[in-house]
This record gives sequence, structure tokens and C-alpha cells, in this order.
Amino acid sequence: MKILNSWLNDFGSFGTDAEKLAEAMTSLGLAVESVTTVGTPVKGVVVAKVLRTERHPDAEKVHRVYVDAGDGKELHVWCGAFNMKSGDLIPLATLGTTMPDGRVITARGILGIESHGMLCSGTELGLTADADGILILPNNFKLGTDVFKALGIEQDRVFDLDVTRNRPDCNGYLGVARDLGARLGVKVAVPSGDKAKKGLARTLKVTIADKKRCARYNMTVMSGVEVGDSPSWIARRLANCGMRPINNVVDASNLVMLELNQPTHAFDADKVNNGFKIRCARAGETLLTLDGQVRTLQTDDLLICDGKDNAIGLAGVMGGASTEISKQTKTVALETAWFESSGVAKTATRLGLKSEASMRFERGVDPYGVDHAVSRFAALLRESCPNLVVHGGAADVKEKTLPPKQKVVALRVAQVNRILGPKLSAKAISAMLAKIGFVTKSTSSAKLATLKIAVPSWRPDCETEIDLVEEVARHYGYENLGKIVPQSTMHGRLSPLQQRRRDIREVVLSMGLSEAMPNPFLAPGDLVKAGLPEDNAIRLANPLVYEESVLRTSLRPGLLKAVSFNISHRASKISLFELGHVYPSGSENSPEGLPDEYESLCLFAAGETSSLALDWWSQISSVMGFGAQLDQSSVEPGYHPKRSATLRRGKQVLGCVGEIDPRVLAQNQINTSVACLELNLSVLLAESPRIATAKAVSRFPRSDFDLAFTVPNSQSAGAVMKALRQAGGSELVDLELFDVYRGAGLPDNSRSLTFRLCLQASDRTLTDAEVTAIRQKCLDAAAKLGALLRN
Amino acid sequence: MADQNSVESMSLAINAAKESAMSAIKNTADLAGLRALSADLNKKDSPLNSFKSEMGKLSSVDDKRSIGQLLNAAAGEIAAALETRTREFADNEIAARIEQESLDLTEFLVQRRRGHSHIVTQATQRLEDVFIGLGFQIAEGPEVETDFHNFEALNMPKSHPARSEFDTMFLEYGEPNSVLLRTHTSPVQIRVMKSWKPPIYAIMPGRVFRRDTPDATHMPVFHQIEGLVIDRGITFAHLAGTIEAFTKAFFGNEFTSRLRPSFFPFTEPSAEFDIRRADGEWIELGGCGMVHPNVLISGGIDPEEFSGFAFGFGIDRMAKERHKVEDIREMYTNDLRFLRQF
Repeated sequence: MKILNSWLNDFGSFGTDAEKLAEAMTSLGLAVESVTTVGTPVKGVVVAKVLRTERHPDAEKVHRVYVDAGDGKELHVWCGAFNMKSGDLIPLATLGTTMPDGRVITARGILGIESHGMLCSGTELGLTADADGILILPNNFKLGTDVFKALGIEQDRVFDLDVTRNRPDCNGYLGVARDLGARLGVKVAVPSGDKAKKGLARTLKVTIADKKRCARYNMTVMSGVEVGDSPSWIARRLANCGMRPINNVVDASNLVMLELNQPTHAFDADKVNNGFKIRCARAGETLLTLDGQVRTLQTDDLLICDGKDNAIGLAGVMGGASTEISKQTKTVALETAWFESSGVAKTATRLGLKSEASMRFERGVDPYGVDHAVSRFAALLRESCPNLVVHGGAADVKEKTLPPKQKVVALRVAQVNRILGPKLSAKAISAMLAKIGFVTKSTSSAKLATLKIAVPSWRPDCETEIDLVEEVARHYGYENLGKIVPQSTMHGRLSPLQQRRRDIREVVLSMGLSEAMPNPFLAPGDLVKAGLPEDNAIRLANPLVYEESVLRTSLRPGLLKAVSFNISHRASKISLFELGHVYPSGSENSPEGLPDEYESLCLFAAGETSSLALDWWSQISSVMGFGAQLDQSSVEPGYHPKRSATLRRGKQVLGCVGEIDPRVLAQNQINTSVACLELNLSVLLAESPRIATAKAVSRFPRSDFDLAFTVPNSQSAGAVMKALRQAGGSELVDLELFDVYRGAGLPDNSRSLTFRLCLQASDRTLTDAEVTAIRQKCLDAAAKLGALLRN
Repeated sequence: MADQNSVESMSLAINAAKESAMSAIKNTADLAGLRALSADLNKKDSPLNSFKSEMGKLSSVDDKRSIGQLLNAAAGEIAAALETRTREFADNEIAARIEQESLDLTEFLVQRRRGHSHIVTQATQRLEDVFIGLGFQIAEGPEVETDFHNFEALNMPKSHPARSEFDTMFLEYGEPNSVLLRTHTSPVQIRVMKSWKPPIYAIMPGRVFRRDTPDATHMPVFHQIEGLVIDRGITFAHLAGTIEAFTKAFFGNEFTSRLRPSFFPFTEPSAEFDIRRADGEWIELGGCGMVHPNVLISGGIDPEEFSGFAFGFGIDRMAKERHKVEDIREMYTNDLRFLRQF
């Protein structure tokens, strides 16, 4: 909502201190997004008369205009606009004038012919928002006078307000003025209505068929209308508030809407057949609206029809073309109505027809502001139509569905203070609310003070006690409510789970991986390109673009893209991780009907192999305080089938470790191996780490020895280790695989594994015989797995 | 007299032998030579030791004593010289080794570096830490939400006009328009109210989604942090106090905050909160307000017994402004050249 300072002053003496006004409006919740200065006079622009115009054979886009600037001399000006004719008065920027855009007018012309000034459009002079050629001035202006003086334009300011949804009344000057008046102690007056005597009764019959959607419909007939341009002050006000002046009838309607937040619609009464009927559309019914479009309607679109049931307007949204005001219009039928908000919203949204009127009906208009709006419209139209007759006998149908004139809401003084903080008295609260038209009807006993507050009809947003509490807060001033830091009755901390998540992050960062945040939306096919199934992925019902229409079920597709992107930019040492949610579809009977969303952690390093991925896992596993079994027999799709493993802990799958499937790499234009570790954090973090119990450190010497085995490739090192560990029993305190050798001197399809074993007892020195016995047990156990001691 | 002569000549001979030993020690080239020399000098028949038997032949006790002292002194000097020389060799050897071990450390610069946390994560953790200091705990919730948690429980029933402002992304899942990507972190409020019960001092950071075409300041996927306090006797003044405390703790003591009236369906009274930099400029930060009674009821809390406030703001913008990132889209390219700067 744009508020013009000078116009606001029509409602009360608010003054011109723009900074003070802006601050007051902001502190009331009418956020001032910008303050712009308009109508700053441009010195050197005078009223001139067009004497004649002439084309030049070598100039296509401009013509020659000869003007008289009041001294009887003929001046020649080149001009690119063609909307003037001989005799028109136009603004001439004389030589040396500095235009608002900084240009200085010089005599330099074209084709060697000088130009003695420049003819100006409204935009060029900062008078109007859009240019419609050269500004044509009223005929009665005196030649040679300053254009701004002649127009009576003074510097003014426009406040652009961001009016929130809960303040429908502030979509009109009156609502803004009321709030501001209460804050600044300025008395507010409603602009005066039409004072002329009513003419003979002329009634157009109104029938409301849908009483829920239309609860009030006033139809007033006004004759003696002469359609033409509005007086310049009306046109200027509209233009400064961002509305295009059209003609005096439409402009009066718009001005009333801006002032009182009451949209009206003027029909050409002679084009309306036999009265009005308000009903919902029949499916498929069509209407040619004012903007020249044929609208196909649905049964919940509310229509204004004539007495013959032909649609002539879309209620609250846009009028029909058939009854539009034209130059020939002599009699106006003015509709001033109250339409139910959600219905208007639905129609406007569905048809993409958000108009100034529909926005206001959507937010809510004052059902009792109708009479004054009609009168104000007449007063404004009378400025340009001296013979205007407002006919008596206007139809004004009010249905029972019309909201009441006053809504009474109970407000407990104690509740105000409980929510806001300061100790306000019933009296203070009443006084504050009275300033904005909220009248205290009665007060119950002083002890349980409950005020009965009558909410005015222009505040449909105030329905419950808490709405009134907010009004008290606004007018008491948020800045006066104090600032107290509450003493938290909780202890601020990370939960153990959150702490562990941060620990894992730390480990991952310390291993040199940087954090990526790829888009969680994938293109159809991205999952397949990552070797993953797509049937458990959820699609967006209304994606922005097709390429972002699938929800990820794994972090891998995003990281594959990120790695590929960085490779294409020749980055070195690409190692990235992501910690984020994935959203595979869930089972049908999940408690809330939500997908199986979980938190995942995925680490990628280009040019690396599974040995690095395993190193990552062992680091993370040591910070978590528990390990997992490597299961190479079954691997998630998308992983290298022979170089990856599933991480299992009991029945749970913690994740996967290894390398990305070369086929997936090829599909993603990655020409090097990629090490990958993927963990289900929801499972991993849910597991609480065991708290280690201290064991006494052995004081007895240890015996270390190495065993080198020839082991067939089909037997895993892990299995051999497990067998050794079992055979070694409690005396085997440390076991390490420290060398793997493949090559000469070994049978085919086998490799040499060298283990270092460390034996130690907690209560004695092991004898040679004991060490030999344990060693033999280990050898036997290994032999069972086909691991034979090398010589 | 003969004795006298022999004592004198003995003394001279002892001194000569000592000098010869000393010069031999001095001239030894390495530790091995020194060890051999030391062995020679300690032999029974070494020049010096041979005087011990000579000494026995002296008759005078005084002579015996003086020669004995002389011998001891010479032996002591030689032993000390041997030790000094040995230490010298050891020191030289270590010094030589040290010299040989010389390394150019600049060859090892930037071998392996710590990775880089995303700037949104960094901002989130900084925010979390500040609120932990103010006595808050951190709550989390799912990113795919029900219509109930995202709208209905937050005082936005099905037909509520404010819903259209959220540019919601719905999923093809369950009933049409029933499952969506949360448009704000506020649904976590409802989950917290239901599972924690008051008193609640919680913050809820997380990822949110809006159907917004990306531009320099907007992403369809971004991050918010939400705060919720519910306790007995919580007032608007506590809201303003918390915002002020946060402002100073997070941005610095020279910053201050203000609340101005606004509208959100889930809070009333509602406010926007702005912070003011030391240079006097106000920056709009986020929204807040007293939790609407209907929202408390949705969360299973009696609005007559408890009151509370909530606040929320965007995290991405904080990261963007802290690091002077021109275009927010830059933060999501996953370009290592970008990520490695922070």
C-alpha cells in the first residue's frame, strides 16, 4: 500500500516529517519498505503551445515540432513522441534545464538542425509512473509559466507500506490514519461525502441467490455523468499510488478504494438489462472480462448477472466487458458490496486474476463502510461531472450472513499482563483500545477484571482474546514492554547423540574431507546412473523443474555429481563428504504415513581405493567406540562388487565401505577410482557407546612372535584373524596383520599374510611351554582354513 | 744422593711419559684409536704403570710418597683427558649426524590438510553454541512432514489464506497434498511440545524447502533455526530479552535488537526482529512472537497454565553475509575452490 504524505494529511494533521511518520508506522507494524520523494519541481520547464508539426524526409523516428513558449517567438524542437497536435499545451524544458535524471538540455539536434529545448513526458518530469507520450496540459494554463507551479505540484513523499494479512483495514488510507492518529495523538476525520440532494428514485432490482458468498449488495444509480479525464489532482494521486488513471468514473472508484478500502464497480446502467442477480456460475459458463479475455468458470465462481441471468461481472474480481464504462456512458450503476473472502480468493487464484479489488475482498472489507463509500464516490465524480444526480431508491440488500456491526470479545486484564509482562490497569487498556475504535462495553468485578470489548466492523481480524492482547501490545509499544532474559529451567547442552554427531564430523574433517551440500532433488535417472533402484524414490508433486523432481534415497548421486563437477574443473585431491537426510519411501503402515527418512553420512575420495575407505571407517569406528563386521558376500548396488563390503553390527547394517562400481563411474564421467564410505547415522548414532571398564595393566613380560601363512585368495584375512584370535584365547593381547605379499615363491591364487602376535598373561610370566602351546593352537586353527605356515 | 738423583730423574721421566700420553690422546683421530690408546695406557707395562714397580725400589718413605702422588696425579690427568676426548668424539659424531639429517621443512608444507566444514554448518554450530550457553537444548525433526505438523497444528487450517504464501512442495506420497517438504522448522515445535513437555527451552535448526526459483538471495532448499520457550510466566518481555541476549552473544556487544509488530499465524502478538549494527544500520533478521494459544493446544499444552514464545530466522543468509558471498547459489555448487576458502 502506497501512502502519499499530502493525501494522508486529508485525514488529519500528520505533518510532513517523513522520518517521524515512517518510524511511527513501522512501530505500529506497518512496515515502511521505502520512502520516495515525488513531485520535486524541475526548474526551467515552462508551458508552451504547439504551433505546428512537420516531418523531415531523413528522420523516421522523430518529427519537428514548432512551439510558442509565451514570448510570441517560434521555437523549433525535435521530438520522438507524436501524441500532440496544433494548439495543445505541453511542457517544454528550455535550454540549460537539468532534468531529474541529470541530463542537461542543450541545443544539439540532428541532421545539422538545432533543437531549442525538449518536450517532456510525465515520467521525464517525475510526475507519473509511466509515459504515454508527451504530457498534454490543461488548455487554460498560461504560456510561459512554470509547469510545476501551473500544475500546483509540490514536493511530496510516498511511503510504501508492507501491510500484513491481519490488517485489512490498512489497505486503505483511513485504516492507516486511524492507527497513526492513535499513536501520534492526531484527530482523524473521514473524507467528506456527497452533499448534494438525492435525485428522483431510480431502483435497479437486486437479487442475491448465494447469500453465503454475498451478504450485502448496494446498487446506486447516478445520472448526468460525462465520461472524461479526471481532474489532475485525482490522476496524480492515483499515479503516485501506482494506479493508472483511466477515466473520471473508474478513477473515482479507485480513489474511494484507496481511501476507504472499499472496492466499488461502476456499470454502464444503460447496458445492464433489468437489474442484478448474484449467483454462482454454472459449470463451463463463460464471461468476457474487462481485460478482453474469455473466462471459463466453475460452480464456485460468484457472478454478477443482469436481470436476464446473463453474466456481466466476476464478483469482487473483475467486471465484464459488456457493461464497461465508455465515453458514451451517461448513467452509472454503482456496485458497492461485501463478498465473502475465501470465495473471492479461490476464484482470483484459479484464474490468475489478482486485482486490487480482489486482494481487498480476500483480506476483508468493512461491511458497514458501504454507505460512505457510495457518497464519497459521488463527491469525487461530481468534481468532473457538475450535473451528476445521485438517485434515491438505491437497492441495498443485506443478508443475515453479513458480519455483525460489532463483535464483543472478552478480554481479561490478567491475561494481557500474563502475556505481555507489564502491569497494565483495566483503565489503561480500555483507553488504549478506545483510541482505535475498540469500545469497552462493560467491566466485570474489579478483582476478576474482564473487559467486554466491542470490536469495530473494519477489524475482521480481531476475533479472540489474544487478538486484543496484540492490539494492546501494539499501541502500548513493543519497545515499552521491556527486555528480560528468562532463567532457563533446562540445562543447555548437546544431547549425547548430537555430541557424537559432532565428534564424527570432526574426525571426517581431520581426515581432510570437505563438506558438500548437493541438491536433495534429483533428475529422473540420476539414481539409476548411480547404480541404485528408483522404485523406492518419491517424486515431487509440483517440482520447480523436471530435473529436480525426484527425492534422493542416497547421498551418492549428489556426491557423484559433485566429484564429476570438480574433476571437470581439474581440482586435485577431491575428497568430499555430506551429512544429510535421505528419503526412501516407507512402509504403508508407518505411524504418520511418512517416508523412511534417515540421516546418512557419505565420504568420497577420487583417485583413492577401498583401503582409504577402510581407514576412514576405522577412524570413525574408534571415535564411536564400536566396530562392525565386514561382509563382502553382499554389497549394496552401485558399489564395486569385488572391492566393497557391507558393515554389519549384529542384525543391523551400519553402512557400506569400499569403492564405487566402475560402471557407475563411467556413467558419471569419472575416470578414476572413487573410495566410498556410507553410514546410516540414524542407526549409528542411536547406538550408545559402551563405557569402558578399567583393567589392570599386566606387570609381566610379553612374548611377541610372527607367523607368515600362505593363504588361498578365496580365504579372507579377516577369517584367519578371527581364527587366530579364538585360538590365542585371553593370552593373545594383540594381533596385527602387518604384511601382505603376492608374487614369486607362492602357489597360484594365494598370497602370504604375516601376523604379529603378542602373548601376555595378567598374573604371571608365560613359560616357554605355554607360549609354544598357544602358538601351536594358532597354527592348527589357521591350517583348518587352509592357511599354511611358510618356511 | 743416588736416591736423590733417581727421584728427580724418575719425576722427569714420569712427566715425560705423561706428556707423551697426553699428546697421544690429543692426536688420536677417532674413537676407535682412542679406545686402543686407552687400553695401551692402562696396560700393566705401560710407561707410566712401569714406574709403579720402580717406585717400590725407593727407600725413603717421603720419596715414595712424592712419586706416588706424582703418579696418581699423572694418571688422573690422563684419565680426564681420555674422558674429555671421548666426549669430544661423541659430540662430534652427533653433530655430524645432525648435520647429515638436515631437512628442508618447506618441502613438507601442505601435504595433508584438514577438510573444510560447509559455511552453513559452521554458522549452525555457532548458533547452537550460543543458545546452549543461554540454557537451550537442540531438537530435531523430519524434513518430510505431514500437512498437520507443517500447517494445521500451527494455526493454519486447510483453507487458511496464509498457506499460499509458503510456496509448498508436495510429494507424490500418501493422499494428495498430505505429505510435503517442510516449509519452515516450526513443525518441530509441535513435535517438541508433544514429546518433551514443558518447561521447554529448545532450538531447532534444519533444512527447509520452498518452491522458489533460485536467485542470488534465494534457494529452494535452505536452512532455518527456530527457538521455542514454554514455561510458566513467560512474557513478551522474555522474548525481547532472549533476542537481545542472543544478538549480543552472537554478533557482539555493540549490536542491539528491536521488535516491531508483524503477523504470523502461529504467534500472537507477532513481531519481526531487527538488529542494529554499531554504525546505526538496522538489519531485518527474522520473525518471532508469543506462541498462539491454538498452537499450544495442538502441542497438548494448556495455554492457561503455560505461555511461551518462538522465533526463527534463516541461517544461509548469516553465512552469506559473514563471508561476503555475493550469490547464495555459489554456496551450493560444491566447487572445492569455493569450499576450501573457509
